[in-house]
Amino acid sequence: MSTNAIKKPKNFSSSFFAHFKNFSRRKQGIVGLLIITTILLIAIFAPLIAPYDPVDDVNYSNLNGAPSKAHLFGTDEYGRDIFSRVIYGAKVSIQISFITILLSASIGVVMGLISGFFGGFIDVLIMRLVDGLMSFPPLLFAIALMAAFGSSIKNIILALAIVYTPMFARLIRGCVLSIKEKEYIDSIKVMGGSNIRILFKHILPNCVSPLLIQMTTYFAYAILAEASLSFLGLGVPQPEPSWGNILYDGRQYMIDSPWITIFPGIAIGITVLGLNLLGDGLRDYLDPNLD
Amino acid sequence: MSSFLVKRVLALIPVLLTVSAVVFMIIHFIPGDPAAAMLGSQANEEQLAQMREKMGLNEPLFIQFTLWLSNLLQGDLGSSLVSDQTVLSLIANRLPVTLNLIIYSMTISILIAIPLGVISAVKHNTGLDFASMIIALIGISIPNFWAALLLIMVFALNLGMFPATGYIPVSESLILNIKHLTLPAFSLGFIQAGIITRMTRSSMLDVLRQDYIRTVKAKGASPFTLVFKHALKNAMIPIITIIGINFGLLLGGTIVVESIFSINGIGQLMIQSVLNRDYPVIQGIILVIAAIYVFITLFVDILYTYFDPKIKYSKG
Repeated sequence: MSTNAIKKPKNFSSSFFAHFKNFSRRKQGIVGLLIITTILLIAIFAPLIAPYDPVDDVNYSNLNGAPSKAHLFGTDEYGRDIFSRVIYGAKVSIQISFITILLSASIGVVMGLISGFFGGFIDVLIMRLVDGLMSFPPLLFAIALMAAFGSSIKNIILALAIVYTPMFARLIRGCVLSIKEKEYIDSIKVMGGSNIRILFKHILPNCVSPLLIQMTTYFAYAILAEASLSFLGLGVPQPEPSWGNILYDGRQYMIDSPWITIFPGIAIGITVLGLNLLGDGLRDYLDPNLD
Repeated sequence: MSSFLVKRVLALIPVLLTVSAVVFMIIHFIPGDPAAAMLGSQANEEQLAQMREKMGLNEPLFIQFTLWLSNLLQGDLGSSLVSDQTVLSLIANRLPVTLNLIIYSMTISILIAIPLGVISAVKHNTGLDFASMIIALIGISIPNFWAALLLIMVFALNLGMFPATGYIPVSESLILNIKHLTLPAFSLGFIQAGIITRMTRSSMLDVLRQDYIRTVKAKGASPFTLVFKHALKNAMIPIITIIGINFGLLLGGTIVVESIFSINGIGQLMIQSVLNRDYPVIQGIILVIAAIYVFITLFVDILYTYFDPKIKYSKG
């Protein structure tokens, strides 16, 4: 029996819509998807949406101005438009979190595949490292790494990727272990399938569901972690706006100009909520063990 | 049980060794000369050489690590570059404050979350279930520092019900201690409560569907006995796991919250040390916290045996 006979690819577009229809039965997942799509579009088209430049449009005659028609979310300590800063902040925060998750998932997947499939000494070595790295509370570890690396966008991505990679490695290792003992993997081996082929063509596709769910969840964590780092002044350097560092700016004007703190916080909350809803929807849809 | 314990404790050795290696490596992640990073740009060549000598940076990496590890095993985490106090005494002074906050916060979130999760599972697919799930979802989506800022704005600045900053130890006044820690504990607790509620609900739903629950019901047990004696106890394992894991999350989250509420705990110490580039203190803090976290995980594993006597660990 050839493997092609088992998995005959259907017409992509029709199967995609069938999946979408199935997925859309899970209302919360769709709400999450809508929220995240909107925020991604805002991030991508930030220069077209934002009415002012987030950094250069300084206006000393309107410092810490309350929300108005000209400035929907008010202005900050330099008279910059908070609405524009929140819009551009979406771009910065989403970019950082997206690259972080892509990076940690890619490295984690490779580590997990090697560890789970080959076992033995290499497995022990990788898993000891993973256990060690996972013993640090994520945010604390990221702060310590940022203290060494110095604050820059590149370094936030690097630090958060170091923190999150072990979680992906462990997930994929577990998945590989549960699949590699199955009979069909043995029969592919007998038929002379190479390790690489077995790993990437027969094992990895079975791990895509948990991976997708975990990527969505950790996307939310990364947004929160970036915001926390920037809020502490260790993340995105000023004057570039990120949701966390707008909050950092607003903190000292909390009594008189609460809008500086309120709006970026809502942006973070809605994004994380969207990702959580999407993650829950994906879990319901992809995990057949749940109803 | 005892052989399980021995095995479990022995398994900690490689983990703690990796943890200490990672902590040791942190100063070597500094781009360029670590001594220059610690002393700042004004330092002259002589001071730099002194610092390198003090930190043992002239030795080969492996020797440095061995020295560092042997000091560590003797309980010597070095001393602060800023205050000349030992790292261990700095941490020992601040740790009780942080633990006080974390335990208070954990208590609040458990008291909110477990009843909410149980109600949600028992009243599955009703308006009540839906409402609790929305509350839990909002809880896990709000960044704790933003919650902290809003709580200060409303309950400290506008209503004046709680102080906005500061800390009073329990030994001075229990009431003032609770008053000062209430807002920080709630800001930290929202996310915890959200996570624990969701876990309680799903774990309870799993248990409530099982056959023995139907049997208990058929035997005429009261709803209270059914839920709390038969279902909740069996649903506790995943709940305890998530509480244990979240302890680590709290240890991280407390850094931001302590800095907002000016609470002199480990979190504030960490931030000050990062700003002062006081690397020995930074290393000490993350080492101690990771060690605490590792032991909490061990404790959670042991707790399992109480909640599920089937887990004997003698064979594993």
